[in-house]
Amino acid sequence: MKHSPLLQAKNLRYSFNEAGIPTHVLKDVSMELLPGEITSIVGPSGCGKSTLLYLLGLLDRPDSGDIFLHEKDVLKCDDQTRTVLRNHKLGFVFQFHFLIKELSVLDNVALPMRKAGHSATTSHKKARNVLDKFGLLDKASRFPHKLSGGEQQRVAIARAIINSPSLILADEPTGNLDSENSKIVYSVLSKLATEENISVLLVTHNIELAQSCNRVIRMRDGRIIE
Amino acid sequence: MAMSLIGIIFGISFFVITQAQTSGFEAFFIRTILGTNGAIKISDRFQDMDGTVSKVSEDGKSQFFFRSREEARYTEGIVFPDEIRNALASYQGITGISEVLEGTAELSGVSRSFPVIFHGIRHHDHSQVSELDNQLIGGVMDNFTTDPMSILVGSRIAERLMLKKGDRVVMKGGTGTIQLKIAGLFETGVSQIDKNRIYIHLSTARQFKGERFAGSFFQVGLSNPEKAPELAAQIQYHLGHRSVSWQEREKVWLDVFKALRISSAITVSSILLLSGLGIFNVFAIMVIEKTRDIAILRSMGFSRFDASAVFLWQGVIILFIGLLSGCIFGFIGTYFISEIPLRIRGIFSTDSFVVNWDISHYLWAITIASVFVIIASWIPARRAGKIEPAKIIRETL
Repeated sequence: MKHSPLLQAKNLRYSFNEAGIPTHVLKDVSMELLPGEITSIVGPSGCGKSTLLYLLGLLDRPDSGDIFLHEKDVLKCDDQTRTVLRNHKLGFVFQFHFLIKELSVLDNVALPMRKAGHSATTSHKKARNVLDKFGLLDKASRFPHKLSGGEQQRVAIARAIINSPSLILADEPTGNLDSENSKIVYSVLSKLATEENISVLLVTHNIELAQSCNRVIRMRDGRIIE
Repeated sequence: MAMSLIGIIFGISFFVITQAQTSGFEAFFIRTILGTNGAIKISDRFQDMDGTVSKVSEDGKSQFFFRSREEARYTEGIVFPDEIRNALASYQGITGISEVLEGTAELSGVSRSFPVIFHGIRHHDHSQVSELDNQLIGGVMDNFTTDPMSILVGSRIAERLMLKKGDRVVMKGGTGTIQLKIAGLFETGVSQIDKNRIYIHLSTARQFKGERFAGSFFQVGLSNPEKAPELAAQIQYHLGHRSVSWQEREKVWLDVFKALRISSAITVSSILLLSGLGIFNVFAIMVIEKTRDIAILRSMGFSRFDASAVFLWQGVIILFIGLLSGCIFGFIGTYFISEIPLRIRGIFSTDSFVVNWDISHYLWAITIASVFVIIASWIPARRAGKIEPAKIIRETL
């Protein structure tokens, strides 16, 4: 059975000016992601992997091209709608955990749900469930700096999935972790894709990790080459 | 941040306290001069044969212009007091009219003499346009009202001539010499008046001056003294007599008080301004320090407004605490200031700080503090809202 794509990007172009000289980061990039699929993007530094991720994650706008999320042209949406889509449909995981240091693990995980309008009680209950799934429930009341690197990254993933998004965008999520923690983080993402039908788009330099994914997209000089 | 909050609290407190003091002394001064000289003084008459008034606005704010002084006939004092009194009675807002015959004389006690200005009054009329009854510090007013040959003497004159109630004095000048009995001593608080004014009966004054019907001026009381300039202009326009409001009469002192009030407001507002700058600095640094967190929050679905709201709310909380505490401290401070002993004699008489309990001082302090704190919060908040998450996250990694 063929699934309709969760996300489609067509002819994306992106450039920026550096000291008055235009630098073309993405050149006619087109791709699509299917639900429940874990896809990796690999390529040399500066080839436009992260830029593509931020465009697909509605954090930035391309110079031209189209992005459809659930068949909705998200580039035509206003800033407020894109903000809501980020909260409800997307989850981000970065190379660094980027947890709010002033908040406990539980509050960090509950944050996107609180923004979605849920009560503190409901948000905390769901956050505990997610943390329990990741084996971190006993760390719920701790602050991020008291956790190991692997734990911090798992908390970041827990925060990314609290609102049950359709797509997780992960920018080198294992880039700061040792091989053991990298495997744990990957297995968590892989499990989310298979068990909860969440698509995962993974930017990585780790070839071994990339090849474990359902699909690998190779980029060079702002283009998808494979 | 704590220092900025303390600055807001102190700024508001000092603003309230200084305004309460300056406006307190001003209000006290106005009460004193209204209670002594009335709201409007109607005196000499000019008759310009070429037309007295060349220009006057409806609200009476324009001054009168005499086209030709040479041709204007000048009539000293009030020639037809009854007619003027009847005419004044038709104006609304006038609470009392007192006819006064003014003149100079020499007052002699037991051992020495002193030059004085006598005011011939009818007590019943004059009590409606002044606080003379309340200014009596020795003696009984009934003794004055019932005895036409009695006299009320200014406190400083009494001191100089060593006079007391019941003493007999001799007034020389005018048509000759008359002997009067002191019914009481009065103190207005205005030293210039207390050291040279005496009150006698109008009939006695006319007799002494040799003018059977004339008066020197009318002292007029108003239900709303603030309207004195407009009414004075109308009276002057209609009656042709020079009419001076208390605001015009005391303009120099009122300007001094106004300058003091504005000066203290500006000085104290600078405390609020500095506190606002402190808050701005703290928030600006916070925005820089929290740029990454703001970018992450934006990636999670927090809007630009959410990012701004964090700082605006902090500003509002600081402002609220500052306003509440500042107003409370201002109120308490004003009370304690009003209890401090301070002897002032000259333009008025007081033995302690005079304060004015006016809600407008609090409202002004709240307004000024709010403007500074809101601007100090809004600029960094706006900057926080403009953070582009992709750019910041890319730069951070």
